[in-house]
Amino acid sequence: SSYEHKLNFRRSKEACLSYIQDAMLQKQWKRAAEFLTFYVESLEKDYSREQIGPSEMIWRIGTEILCHHSRSSMKEFNCFMEQMKTLGVKRYLKVCLEHVFHLLCNGQIDEAYQNLSLAESWRFGEQTAIQNKEMKLIQAYRGLLDYYNWSKQKNILLEHGLDGFADLSVEQEMHSCFRKAVMNLKEIIKTPGVWDLFVKCYVDLLEFYGDHNEARQVLNEYAYNSRFPANPNAHVYLYQFLKRQGESKKSLISALKILHDIVPSHELMIDFNTMLQKSKKRKKRRLGLEVIFAALDYAGWKENVKAWSCLARQVKQIVISEKYLDWIKEEWSSRKDWWPAFHFSRYLAKRNWQENESLSYEKALVAGILLGKDCKYFKYVSHQGCKAQVKRFRMLKKFVNRHNLVCLRISG
Amino acid sequence: DFNERCAQCSEVNWGLTDGGRYYCRSCHNVTERAREVVNTDFMTNSRVQTISKGLRKQEKNGGGCEWYVCEGFQLVLKKQAEALEALGVCSQMKDEILCNFWRCYLQKSKQAYCNRPAGETVKALSVCESSTDVDSEPDRPSLLHLLSLSESEGDLQTDCSFASSMSKVSESTSMYSGSVDGSLYLMKNQKEKLRMTMPMTLSFCYMALLWLREPITLSELLRFVVEGHIPYLNVFQHFPEKMKLCGLDLKIFCVESWPVYEEVHNKMLELAAFLDLPRFPDITESCFLHPDMLCIKYLMEANLPDELHNWTCRVVKKIGIGEVDFLTLVPGNKSTRKVKYDILAAAVIVVVLKLLFLLDDHYEWLLSDLAEERNKNNKEGGLYFEFRKWYEVVKHALDVEQKKLDEERAKYVWRCEKPLFYSVKNKSRVLKRRQMVVNLQNQFGKLSGSVQRAEKPSPSSFQLSWSEENTDGSCFHGHSLKGILQEKCGLLTAMNPDYWLCTVKLCNEKLCGHLAHYREVDFPQSYHFVLRLFSFLLRIQPSYIHDEVCMIEHKLFNKKLYKKLKYNTVLRK
Repeated sequence: SSYEHKLNFRRSKEACLSYIQDAMLQKQWKRAAEFLTFYVESLEKDYSREQIGPSEMIWRIGTEILCHHSRSSMKEFNCFMEQMKTLGVKRYLKVCLEHVFHLLCNGQIDEAYQNLSLAESWRFGEQTAIQNKEMKLIQAYRGLLDYYNWSKQKNILLEHGLDGFADLSVEQEMHSCFRKAVMNLKEIIKTPGVWDLFVKCYVDLLEFYGDHNEARQVLNEYAYNSRFPANPNAHVYLYQFLKRQGESKKSLISALKILHDIVPSHELMIDFNTMLQKSKKRKKRRLGLEVIFAALDYAGWKENVKAWSCLARQVKQIVISEKYLDWIKEEWSSRKDWWPAFHFSRYLAKRNWQENESLSYEKALVAGILLGKDCKYFKYVSHQGCKAQVKRFRMLKKFVNRHNLVCLRISG
Repeated sequence: DFNERCAQCSEVNWGLTDGGRYYCRSCHNVTERAREVVNTDFMTNSRVQTISKGLRKQEKNGGGCEWYVCEGFQLVLKKQAEALEALGVCSQMKDEILCNFWRCYLQKSKQAYCNRPAGETVKALSVCESSTDVDSEPDRPSLLHLLSLSESEGDLQTDCSFASSMSKVSESTSMYSGSVDGSLYLMKNQKEKLRMTMPMTLSFCYMALLWLREPITLSELLRFVVEGHIPYLNVFQHFPEKMKLCGLDLKIFCVESWPVYEEVHNKMLELAAFLDLPRFPDITESCFLHPDMLCIKYLMEANLPDELHNWTCRVVKKIGIGEVDFLTLVPGNKSTRKVKYDILAAAVIVVVLKLLFLLDDHYEWLLSDLAEERNKNNKEGGLYFEFRKWYEVVKHALDVEQKKLDEERAKYVWRCEKPLFYSVKNKSRVLKRRQMVVNLQNQFGKLSGSVQRAEKPSPSSFQLSWSEENTDGSCFHGHSLKGILQEKCGLLTAMNPDYWLCTVKLCNEKLCGHLAHYREVDFPQSYHFVLRLFSFLLRIQPSYIHDEVCMIEHKLFNKKLYKKLKYNTVLRK
């Protein structure tokens, strides 16, 4: 407090830190820099018992200030980072990594690569073993940059290829990058973690060189190995790969099943529903209905015409066949309390009609089936549609009227 | 002695009157010059043995020399005295008073000026060679033992070697301290001899200043220290090159906190008793430290009307705190409460403000409104003092200064250019770190914009200043109190008939350290503001001023309290 007239080193630096913090929160970078100059002398005191010592503070704060301060340059930043590397051997690789990230964000790919190579060759007694996680990351990112280089070479080659020139040196370079990349990327994905970027690149490499088996294995591992954290993207990647490989619908469906469980609102749910609807198996069709209803529970899908058309198609088909009406009933029972306000309000009817006719058409169809011909949404849209003399709306009106009893069985 | 020619007869033939004044023996002209009582008879006549004895054993590496801790402190005191001299203190302080106090201390603590220096008889404890691998980690068991000053010597490892002579001490302890007796110094058994510390150097200074009755209060002295006008923090950078400072010396000479008023004051009292000093020179009415004088200063600094001085003098007189015997320090006398001149004067002002304005968050504002009204019809030319206006002006200034002070605390620079290392092995690491610190300071200093650390502001006795020449009416010195006074039987008295006591019963200071226990929430905000103001000026906790206020109040209302202890605390004056 300000009435405290005693002061010691520790309290003084604590106060200094809180001024730095305030300045940073208010984006006053000059002021933060000013107070930081007074804070740095705490490096000369032993803080080994503290959790976060001054050297780490200075690294983190200094980085922030240099990133945002208008007068700082990459050169200054690099100089600062080099100093930070010498400051704490226990943090050496971490600092290297973060430095590399900054270089990458500023487009300095070559410098980043150099730094990664340098860091890779670092050895420091038992620290090397202690920091092996960071080392793995460093290797992985180097692998990533190798991939990036490979990709560049590949594009050059493809261009020249069209011209008919086969550039041997480029090709050799490309293969060399490939080997380096593969070696590093392969390593990191063995450890449980979220490695989307590395996996994608690795699979890309494997596919290019025709090693589909390895690619499939990698993706399966990534998606299904329980040691790895649940990751929707893993399933997406697997699905996309299987699709590229022209796999059967069955395997595609099984790939998407877990994705539906984890992320019912995923954009691939449309594809999923489409495949399921067409299936001969009853269970699959049933699942399809579940999938599309689940997707439309999410606000992000409210105005997705494709999704509504999937649902419309399926419920229409069911109503016509008069079989499996209980499917709709089951899906509708947990939704009938809130979907009307969520999707089928009069306000939305007006808005949808004004903004997107197709959307309103699909929705009206669904509304008419689920809520009957007297519901607000259907009445409004069909009325507007017929007034505008759009053919499909007349058809729609007829359809719903014709099947009204069926619809009542659903909504009842 | 006194060598001036007599004003009347031009002779140089002086004697001393009973009153201590010089008189001319030839023409019996008595001067006003009094002989400064520089008592050197507090020193016993023992055989003097100087500290620095002829040939020094030069160390092979680094060209360092043997030095003792007390020599280090002597240097510190010298530097401090020089600084005080530069601030205007008379040279007698450095050359005579402080010097003699110090010599007396050395003698009494048997570090010098006596038959045998202390180190010789005490067995030095050092750890044997194999485990004296002092690297950069200062938490090896042996050092840790010394550093933590453990009481029981049984904690030491069993394979300790005992050195019985000085030379051996210097050899084996030189790894731990640049000084010869650094490790000895930190042994707890020195307690009875009042071991010297850095804060104690300030106690010495203050004691000398008090002896000479110089116009510097303790709070001012400490403020000058913090502001860097008096060497204290990093004073070791003034040690000569040959005096190598390392190892345990750091623990002795390096300071990492601001000196604390209470600590310095208490040590000063202990020291005065330890040195068997006689009664200090009288603090009379014309002394700067007398409450009447200090009140003038503080009233000015607090931007209060000069007229309040009459009231402070009245209070001082009434409770007898202006008496010579009350104010003058008699070392060793445990029955009297020792006077803290600056806090006392501030507290007197607070009491006077309570007497006139009550400060119950109510009455003072009513009075202010009244004064304002009177000011409108005021034809006398001078303004009546309005509490509200004063509060606004002073609060604003105080907030600004407090904010500056808070930032200064955060920006305080503790390290100096001369690096310190615990041991030689530590050195390169320390130097590397220093270099990095300097680099970082440069790098971020450039990004600080044009804000460069200004030169140390020159020392000033006043932290807040108010000028009557300001036309914005922000100076209240010349304001009259008539706006809040009334005439009664031809005398001007306060309109306020009431008073509230800070506490009905005083605590036992010896038991719980304070006379009362101050909590901001328990008291009116106006009272807290006034405490806060003086707390800022004196750089001490409000609670210390509050203690003195309680003490004064109890003296002032002694009789009434005696009778009315049971009833509520609001009294009629």
